[in-house]
Amino acid sequence: MTPALFIQGLRVTIGAGTSAANVLRGVSLELQPGEVRGLVGESGAGKSMLGRAVLGLLPANAAIAAGRIAFEGRDLLAMREPERRSLLGRRIALIPQDPMTSLNPVKRIGAQVAILLRHHLASSRRAALQRAAELLAEVAIREPERVLGLYPHEISGGMRQRVLIAMAFACDPSLVIADEPTTALDVTVQRQVLQLVERLRQRHGAAVLFVTHDLGVVAKICRTMTVLHAGRVLEEGETAHVLARPGHPYTRALLAATPRADRPAEALRPVPPSLIENLWSEAHQFDRLAAAGPA
Amino acid sequence: MRWGEIIRRLVLIPPTLFGVAVIVFVLLRVVPGDPIAMMIPPGATPADITRLRAFYGLDQPILQQFVTWFGQVLNGDFGRSISVHQGVFELVLARLPATLELALLALLIAVGLGLIAALIGIHLRGRRMEWLVDIGIGVLLAVPDFLWALILLLLLGVLIPLLPISGRIDPQLDISFHSNFYLVESLLTGRFDVADALLHHMILPALALALPFAALVARILKTSLAEAEDQDYAQIARARGFSRPEILLREVFPNALIPTVALGGVQATLLLGGTVLVERIFSYEGIGNMAIDAVINRDFPLIQGLVLTFAVLFIALNLAVDLVVTLLDPRLRHG
Amino acid sequence: MVDLAHDLSVGHSSRLVAGLKRGGARLWIGVALVGILLLVSLLAPLIAPHDPIEQDLMSAQLPPAWINGGEPAYPFGTDSLGRCVLSRLIYSARTAVVVALIAASLAAVIGIAFGLIAGSFGGWVDQLTSRLIDVWMAFPPVLLSIVLAAVIGAGLTSVIAAIVVVDWTRFARVVRAETMTQLRRDYAAAARVIGLSRGGIMWLEILPNLVPLTVTLLAVEMGIAILVEVILSFVGISVAGDTPTWGGMIAEGRQIVHQAPWIMALPIGCIILSVIGFNLLGDGLRLLLDPVQRR
Repeated sequence: MTPALFIQGLRVTIGAGTSAANVLRGVSLELQPGEVRGLVGESGAGKSMLGRAVLGLLPANAAIAAGRIAFEGRDLLAMREPERRSLLGRRIALIPQDPMTSLNPVKRIGAQVAILLRHHLASSRRAALQRAAELLAEVAIREPERVLGLYPHEISGGMRQRVLIAMAFACDPSLVIADEPTTALDVTVQRQVLQLVERLRQRHGAAVLFVTHDLGVVAKICRTMTVLHAGRVLEEGETAHVLARPGHPYTRALLAATPRADRPAEALRPVPPSLIENLWSEAHQFDRLAAAGPA
Repeated sequence: MRWGEIIRRLVLIPPTLFGVAVIVFVLLRVVPGDPIAMMIPPGATPADITRLRAFYGLDQPILQQFVTWFGQVLNGDFGRSISVHQGVFELVLARLPATLELALLALLIAVGLGLIAALIGIHLRGRRMEWLVDIGIGVLLAVPDFLWALILLLLLGVLIPLLPISGRIDPQLDISFHSNFYLVESLLTGRFDVADALLHHMILPALALALPFAALVARILKTSLAEAEDQDYAQIARARGFSRPEILLREVFPNALIPTVALGGVQATLLLGGTVLVERIFSYEGIGNMAIDAVINRDFPLIQGLVLTFAVLFIALNLAVDLVVTLLDPRLRHG
Repeated sequence: MVDLAHDLSVGHSSRLVAGLKRGGARLWIGVALVGILLLVSLLAPLIAPHDPIEQDLMSAQLPPAWINGGEPAYPFGTDSLGRCVLSRLIYSARTAVVVALIAASLAAVIGIAFGLIAGSFGGWVDQLTSRLIDVWMAFPPVLLSIVLAAVIGAGLTSVIAAIVVVDWTRFARVVRAETMTQLRRDYAAAARVIGLSRGGIMWLEILPNLVPLTVTLLAVEMGIAILVEVILSFVGISVAGDTPTWGGMIAEGRQIVHQAPWIMALPIGCIILSVIGFNLLGDGLRLLLDPVQRR
């Protein structure tokens, strides 16, 4: 079966010349259709950068130095711009991190959902608005017609995130990249949003790459997971398996640093500095190898 | 909250105008310089002079003069011009349309040019050529409108004489108008040859007023566009398969418009104030040119009337900008 | 986006260096142009080839020396009264510089005083000052200075007075806002805690922090003062008699612009160079003195 997302040897650098730094150092990853994969790692591990690379959202000073990204067997990097644009937002969707800044503040919710449908599905204005109301109802927004006429600042953060989720699933995508979609929300809203993502994913049969630093979230909704550190994959496998028997000391440390409800509270144990140092020196060794010749 | 702010501004208008009136009035009278001395015909007797002074009320104490004048102003009577011997109100009203048409044309040109420059700048964003656009904007901004007037007069009026450099319309043209909005009227009544002649006279002064303001609009708009383009919602639109022009037009522009109107609108008073000299340079018969004549002739009632007119225009402009910004920004409308 | 924090700071500092470099170029061009202007006005008697008011009706309206019919004795030609255009340009620079230095400094002193008082006392004092500034903003500045200069009468003092009375609000507005911001900062509160008087806080803490701002404003104001002087002398209500001024030369040149366009063109060129010089100096000083808040 063709994987929904296939990434091989992806290397991303930021900056140019002598100040260039590697953020991703040869990452490979395979996501089967319908699979929900947790992508975990601490800040700076490169997990958001990975999602951005797939969506073509790398910052202006970043570049893909090597590697391949394929969506359903089609090379996203070699693809012509119009073809890539026809996939983005339709077949590949994004659930962004911060619902407060991810909606356009001067446009009504209805217009923002409708333009997406009109752009990708060539719906008429009227049909698009009607479909938008259905989509909002699907993410459990009450009085969807009324909400369509509101501006983002008139609804709550949790509601905005639901609108964004509705927009992500609006065109029936087969791959959804969720970029820490619960980080900016408070805990009760977080749970509702997670349930919503899970329900919509099942209904639409999409594969989800769930970028997060929260192992608790991964345990809840991801069947498989990948652990990223310093731009490299340290470990991957079934979530239950990895969490029960972490193979890499870094994963163990990460797990120990996650507060758990089913365990009595104890002092947080930070990841040991010596371990971090080891990982970084390995990472730099990789850089040297990569610089010496094509990987 | 926002509407409250606008009401606050409305309430402040009368005291501000009163302040303007007081200052101009006092200023004109505490300093030496006798307007009557300039208008007496040779051979006038001291009795004639006294009579003239009494006629214009200049023999009374300043406070008395002010109370009388202000009372008349409240009744819509701005007094009589000393040098032209006509009612100030009628004089200003007859000339105001010329200035308004010029300022409006300048505003249109400025917004058009500013928009184009900002779009070119944002299109070249991050490339080497962006630097060139910024330099161009900087130079246009550094040179004020009356210098542009002189430069344009030299270049397009004298060295390459393409356009007329004086007046509002050719004096030999015998055309009658019903209003003093010559351009608007001729366009509405379909007399396009007349409109063309008017535009030929207006284009240089309007361009002079427009160039620095266009640079201002371009700078604010370009900065705002760049800022809005970096916002999450614009970045995410990229990930939804929209092209950069689509994003700039649909997502970024409506947001960038708000600060541009707010900042640029307030600065539009500069354009209006610039008409004083630019009209002078091109002998264009508006209230700016009239104001300088009034100053040179020490025509106190006319100066007072003209300064008040400019003050009303400035305040109205500021208020209009506030209203437009409130309409453009839903966050302010509901706040 | 958290992942980007590290790399963004790198990008930021290199941008800062680039900014300083660019600021440097502006600063030096500004310093050079303003320096030349100051030097020319200081050394006017030494470098001017003729007495600026000496008339030579036999050689009136001579074109510049490099044009057919020009004479080497009059490098930039003569005006309609046969006066040396170059010498008049040089002596005009003197008038402009004197007006710029004195008027801008006085406007700064008065405006800063008003701004400090309004910003630090607050309450009705601030209300009163703000209303006064409101009234000032309702005047067209050009018209106000023309009216002022006209009623005070011809002469250098009246030109300076007109500029000061019109432009003090530029400083007052900015200093008032800045004083309020500074007073809200922690160090001002700390100064109050250690028992500094209001005057002491003003003198020791607030004023030094206003230096970058006011120095920048001062440079810009000098450019503006030069322009106002030009405007007033163009309208014919500046300094009296045959004292050469750029504005006066332009007004005279306007009369014979078809016969002798250079008489008008040359002072315009001088004014533009001076104004751009002061503007660049202001820009450069802002970048130099306050590199962090350079917008």
